[in-house]
Amino acid sequence: MEKFTLLQSTAVPLPIEDIDTDQIIPARFLKATTREGFGDNLFRDWRYQPDGSQKADFILNNPIYKGAILVAGRNFGCGSSREHAAWAIADYGFKAVVSSFFADIFKGNALNNGLLPVTVSDSFLNKIFEAIENDSNAGLEINLENQSISISNSSEVEYFEMDPYKKICLLNGYDDIDFLLSQKTIISTFEENNRYPFNPIN
Amino acid sequence: MAKTLFDKIWDNHVVNTVEGGTAVLYIDRHFIHEVTSPQAFDGLASRNIPVFRTAQTIATADHNVPTVNQHLPISEPLSKFQVDKLIENCDKYGVSLYGLGHPYQGIVHVIGPELGITQPGMTIVCGDSHTSTHGAFGCIAFGIGTSQVEQVLASQCLLQLKPKQMRINVEGTLHQGVTAKDVILYIISKLTTSGGTGYFVEYAGSTIRNLSMEGRMTICNMSIEMGAKGGLIAPDEKTFDYVNGKKYAPKDAAFDQAVSYWKTLPTDEDASFDVEFTFQASDIMPMVTYGTNPGMGMGIRQSIPQPLDPANRNSFDKSLAYMGLQAGESLLGKEIQHVFIGSCTNSRMEDLRLVAEYVKGKQKAPHVKAMIVPGSKQVEAQVISEGLDLIFKTAGFDFREPGCSACLGMNEDKIPANEYCVSTSNRNFEGRQGPGARTILTSPLMAAAAAINGKIIDVSLD
Ligand code: SF4
Repeated sequence: MEKFTLLQSTAVPLPIEDIDTDQIIPARFLKATTREGFGDNLFRDWRYQPDGSQKADFILNNPIYKGAILVAGRNFGCGSSREHAAWAIADYGFKAVVSSFFADIFKGNALNNGLLPVTVSDSFLNKIFEAIENDSNAGLEINLENQSISISNSSEVEYFEMDPYKKICLLNGYDDIDFLLSQKTIISTFEENNRYPFNPIN
Repeated sequence: MAKTLFDKIWDNHVVNTVEGGTAVLYIDRHFIHEVTSPQAFDGLASRNIPVFRTAQTIATADHNVPTVNQHLPISEPLSKFQVDKLIENCDKYGVSLYGLGHPYQGIVHVIGPELGITQPGMTIVCGDSHTSTHGAFGCIAFGIGTSQVEQVLASQCLLQLKPKQMRINVEGTLHQGVTAKDVILYIISKLTTSGGTGYFVEYAGSTIRNLSMEGRMTICNMSIEMGAKGGLIAPDEKTFDYVNGKKYAPKDAAFDQAVSYWKTLPTDEDASFDVEFTFQASDIMPMVTYGTNPGMGMGIRQSIPQPLDPANRNSFDKSLAYMGLQAGESLLGKEIQHVFIGSCTNSRMEDLRLVAEYVKGKQKAPHVKAMIVPGSKQVEAQVISEGLDLIFKTAGFDFREPGCSACLGMNEDKIPANEYCVSTSNRNFEGRQGPGARTILTSPLMAAAAAINGKIIDVSLD
């Protein structure tokens, strides 16, 4: 996994609440057996007409807005556990998603792919939307070490929460699996001593 | 110290604790399916490591499969590729697969319980958010992403922070025509689609205790629709009776021993929860959803509300525009074009018996396309042995072979754009049942009634 330390970028605003994973990547695009290429179908049905032409009013089709940060309304990523949603966002080129609330499974999936979910207050989220609305070149700076997010050219800054273990992983580019594999002896001992006593398939 | 059901199971499965309190949590059962597993197996291959505990891993093909002519090769090439990949991976890594053609094939959350793989006190995961279904047996069951599928395949463990705990009590007797599905749609409409985020939910109270195991599964299934990590219900005699005799259930002395352990699991009387809600069964009417998330639901005799929070106005208006509905409108008498009875929420025997009882001797409305998709091969066989398939066919319903089907429209079973589908599934998201499809979530009874009448009616008055 790629390391995440500091990100300075303009942002793409999507001020809609409860964006579910079926919007991020519709089920009919989940037939691939690799992790690549999902970015092309990110927000497919919001982004394209059924005939494949672009919907002009969707934000990703507006050349004024670009950058590596997606800023979205409350309760982003609710619904299915499909990690394809995180893959699609990362594959499109986003490195962080900012919202005032994330669904649990999405947050976990994003973190496992080096895509940083940044939870800010509702009021800070509104300040970001306003800043981008006033100037599409308004930049954001996300500093993972300090757990801070700031709006450039302003004094607006907020600190976000972060699971300390996940922070170490992201700063160093580690994944959970390396850690779990290092635990195998402890896991085997646990199985011998504490195994769920009625394990019929085994 | 007094413990909850959740605490007891959790504590029994913590292998180790790391930085910031994250637990290495041991997983007893891991279900996999064709859509969220291929990249995980690729990960194992690239690291050249085996599946750590094959005997605790069970696979089925459900999301992508056709629901007609399952004995023929899958015609859609990408679906076929994905299902073939699952067969290949299970073969290569020694994982048991209940694939197409197997008498135990079916939706992953239907087959686990009916085979007795799901048992009280276990930790269960699957790369699917409705894994919460298994919580009906008193286990910690939750959905995971593909990276985590890979982690469990590699180590039989996951790194998890302990979630907060919520208890939802439902008390009293349900009205005529009101089912478990209405109870959970009601709860979600009160708590919203994000009201449970960060929590694991225990459902309790006399209404929940009086539900069958099927009804409890319907409740726990939709826990994720309020954002909860999972839901669970204390195991009791009903649970033990259901598990007893199932293929993979413990037998004889081992079963008695298991039951005495399971009886120690329910929440201690003085245990506390981070938050607790109580609802009255008498307040619950047959439910319908009017929007594009499961929290946008109401009693059938109510009208679509105005948005409560002005800040949420855009999302609310967008949602109603998608559905072709307006605030203030009632759905009673709303004409519909499709009915889908199926999905891991409502495709078990109890659901299908209820539908059969209602439609027996009646005819569906001519303009409605009505589809019934059983949850598993075992359910399908039981339906046929009870002759219910004939009742369905005589009433004009299309009785199909098992799979996820129109719940998520990955196979051919899609609802056309702008048409209304009354569906017993769990999600009414935009495009969930096909691009532009308009989903109205209800109970199987409400769906059956909508098919017969060609429009939405109130089954509690029927
Ligand atoms: S029936 Fe629907 S909700 Fe259930 S597992 Fe299949 S796709 Fe998911």
